[in-house]
Amino acid sequence: MQRNLSAIWLVARREFTDQFRDWRIVVPMFILVSLFPFIADDTTRQAVNFMNRFGGDLILDNLIPFVVLVIGFFPLSFTLVVALESFVGEKERGTIEPLLSSPLEDRHMYLGKLLVGITTPLVFSYASIVIYLILVSRRDVLFPSPYMLSLIFLLTFAHAVLMVSSAIVISVQATTIRSANLLASFVVVPVAFLLQGETILIFWGNEDVLWYAIIGVTLLASLLVRLGISHFRREYLLGREIDTLNVNLIGRTFIDRFTGQATSVFEWYRKELPVTLRQLRQPLMIVCGLALVAGIASYVWVVTNVPAYIDLPPERIAEFRTAIADNLKTNLSMLGREVPAPAVFYINARSMVVFLLLGLLSFGTLGLTLFIGNMALIGGVLGGAHLVGYSPWLVFAIGILPHGIFEFAAVFIATAAMLKVGAQLVTPQPDKSLGEVLLLSLADWLRVFVGIVIPFLAIAALIEIYLTSRLIQWVFPYLQ
Amino acid sequence: MIETKDLSKQFNNNFWAVNGVTINVQPGKILAFLGQNGAGKTTTVRMLTALLMPTRGWARVAGYDVMKNPQEIRANVGVLTEQHGLYMRMTGEEYLEFFGKVYGLDPKARKARSDYLFQYFGIAESAGRRCGEYSKGMKQKLALARALMHDPSVLLLDEPTSAMDPESSRLVRDEIARLRSSQRTIIICTHNLAEAEALADHIAIIYRGRVLLNGTLDELKRQVLGPVEYEAKFARNFDAGELALPQGVTLAERCADSLRFRIEAPLAVNPMLVQALTARQAPLISFQEVPRKLEQVYLKTMADVQGGAYAA
Repeated sequence: MQRNLSAIWLVARREFTDQFRDWRIVVPMFILVSLFPFIADDTTRQAVNFMNRFGGDLILDNLIPFVVLVIGFFPLSFTLVVALESFVGEKERGTIEPLLSSPLEDRHMYLGKLLVGITTPLVFSYASIVIYLILVSRRDVLFPSPYMLSLIFLLTFAHAVLMVSSAIVISVQATTIRSANLLASFVVVPVAFLLQGETILIFWGNEDVLWYAIIGVTLLASLLVRLGISHFRREYLLGREIDTLNVNLIGRTFIDRFTGQATSVFEWYRKELPVTLRQLRQPLMIVCGLALVAGIASYVWVVTNVPAYIDLPPERIAEFRTAIADNLKTNLSMLGREVPAPAVFYINARSMVVFLLLGLLSFGTLGLTLFIGNMALIGGVLGGAHLVGYSPWLVFAIGILPHGIFEFAAVFIATAAMLKVGAQLVTPQPDKSLGEVLLLSLADWLRVFVGIVIPFLAIAALIEIYLTSRLIQWVFPYLQ
Repeated sequence: MIETKDLSKQFNNNFWAVNGVTINVQPGKILAFLGQNGAGKTTTVRMLTALLMPTRGWARVAGYDVMKNPQEIRANVGVLTEQHGLYMRMTGEEYLEFFGKVYGLDPKARKARSDYLFQYFGIAESAGRRCGEYSKGMKQKLALARALMHDPSVLLLDEPTSAMDPESSRLVRDEIARLRSSQRTIIICTHNLAEAEALADHIAIIYRGRVLLNGTLDELKRQVLGPVEYEAKFARNFDAGELALPQGVTLAERCADSLRFRIEAPLAVNPMLVQALTARQAPLISFQEVPRKLEQVYLKTMADVQGGAYAA
C-alpha cells in the first residue's frame, strides 16, 4: 500500500512541478480564477437589484448557490486541458517512453496523473468559489447556508472527478493533442447540461435533492475511473501512431460478431443466439431482482404513504373509479384505431434503443435507472388500483400480463444486454482495445435486439391491442 | 542475457512490424541492430522492454519472460529511447533524481549515482540547469545517464551517439565498451555503421521486420562479400604467368604490380601462397588482407534484398 501510494505520489509530484513551472498554464489560470468571481459578483448584484424591483424571492434565495456552482464549474472546464494532455501530450513530446519503460505500474501512472488532473482544477475552483463568497459576504444578500455550501463543494468535487476521469480516458485513447482537444467537447457539453439539471434542483429549493445529483455524478465518475484503469495499456500508447478510420474492418468485425459461425437464420437462432443469451444470465438476474424490488417497493410506498397525502373516503374512491372508468373507456376505444399495433411496437422498440443510448453514456446506470423507474411505475399503478378497491392481482393478470409475458421478457432481456455493454466497457480485457470492446458489445446487444426483443415486442404489441383491451372489457364490464 | 525465438509483432492493420526475429545475446556481448528506418528495430526493442507484447514467439530478457514478468524486465533493463524523452522544465539533477526514485534507489545511492554519471559524461556543471536549456548532445548524454541510473544488467540503446560531437561519441562508446566488460548484455540500434563495427560482437541486419543476417562481423563479411581477399604488391611489374595456386585460392584481380587473391582459409593457405610467389621470384613488398567494411556488407545486403545495384 505504502509502495503504491509513494509511486502514485512520485508521478503526481513530477506533474505538479512541471505544470506550475509553465507560466502558460499558471498565469491564465490565476487571471481567470481571480477575475471571474468579480464579474460574477457584479452580475449577481445587478440581477438581485433587478429582481428586487419585480419580486421573485425563490430565485433570489437560490441565486447565490447557483452562481457558486457555476463559478466552480468554469475553472474545471479551463483546466481540463491539463488532464486532456496528460498522456497524449507526453506521447507527442516523446517523454512517455522512458516512463513506460520504467518499473512503474500502469495504475501508478494512471492514478498519479488522475490525482494531478483532479487536484489542479479543484484548487482553482475552490479558490474561485472562496473569492466569490468573500465578495458576497460583504453584500446585503442572503448568504447560503453551510449545509448548502457543503453540498455545492461536494458537487464541484464530483464534477471535477467526472470531467477529469473522462478527459484522461480521452488522453489515453487519443493519438494527438489536437484530437484530444476536439474530443473534449464530449466532456464539457454533457457536464454543462448536467449543470443545468442541477441548477433546476437548486432553484427548486429542496437542498436534499442535490444529494441525488452528488451520488449520481460520483457513481458515474467512479465508473469512468474504473473504465480508464481497465483499458489503460502501455502497448496502446506506443502501438498506435495513426488512427485511420478503417470502416471496412469495423464493419467486418461487427458483422462477424453478429452472425458468428452461422450460415443460415435458423442456424443463427439455434447456435449463436443461445450463446449470447447464456452470457446474459448474470445481468438478467440483476435486472429481474431490481424489477422485483422496484415494483414491490413502489407498491408498498403507494399503499402506505398515499393515504397520508390524499384523503380517501368511500365517495372519493367512487369518484376515482368513475374517472378511471372514463379514462379507460376513451383509451380502449382509441387502441387499434388511433394507436395501432405498429405504433405500440415502434414506441416500445424506440424505448429500448433509448435505454441503450443512455446506458452507453453512463455505463448502464442511466438505462437501468429508466428501467427501474418503469418497474416502479407498474408497482405504483397496482398500488393505486389497490387503494381504489381493485384487486392488484386481477389488474396485473388482466391488464398487464397477457402482453407483458412478451413485453417484460423483451424489456428485461434488452436491459440486461444494455447492462452487459456497460459492464464490458469497465471490465479489463487485456487483448482488446476500448473501441473493440465497444464494437463487440454492441454487436452482442444487436443480436439480442434483432433475435428476441424485436419479435417479442411485435407479438406483445399485437396482444396488447387485440387481446388485452378485450380482456379488460370482458373482466371489468362495468368500466364500459 | 537476451534470447528471442520467432519474435513477431503484428499491428492492428495486419502489418507485421517484426516477423520471426531469433537472436541470442550473451552477457558481456554487444549486438548491433542495423536496418533502414521502419525496419522493425524500435519495435523489437520495445518488445524486449515489455512495452509491446509479441503477437508470436517469445523473448527472455535478464532471465525474465517478456509476457510473464514485464515489471521485472523493466526494473532490470536500461533503455535509451529513440527520442531523448527529457522533461524540459526539470533540471538535469531533478530528472535523474526522479528516475532514481522510479527505479527504487535509496537517497544515498541516487545521489552517488547521479553525481558519478554527471561527472562521467562531463555535464556536472549543467546539472542544475533546466533540460530545455541543454544542447542536443547534452540531452543525449542525460538520456543515456537516465538509462544507466539503476546500473541495469541489460541495456537497449537506440542511437546512443546521435547528435553528439566526436569527443562525446567517443566517451559514450568507451562507456558502452566498459559496460560490456562488466558483463552487461547490450543491444544497440544504430545507423552509424562505423560505431557498430567498432563496438558490436554480433551484428543483425533487419529488413521489413525480418532478420536477414545475424553473426559476427567476420561471418557477415564472408557470407555477403565472399572469401577474404588478400593483395600482394610488387616492387615492379611482375608477370605471374600461369602461377600454380594452392587449393582454396582463386585469382580475383591481376594488375601489373599487384595481384589480388580470394582465399577460403587464409591461416592454412597464406604461407603456401607466399612461398609460391617467392618461388617465382616475385619482387614481393607486401602481402595483406584487403580491408572490407561493414558498410559494404550492409549496402550489398540491402542491394540484394531490394534487387538494386550495389556499388562497392
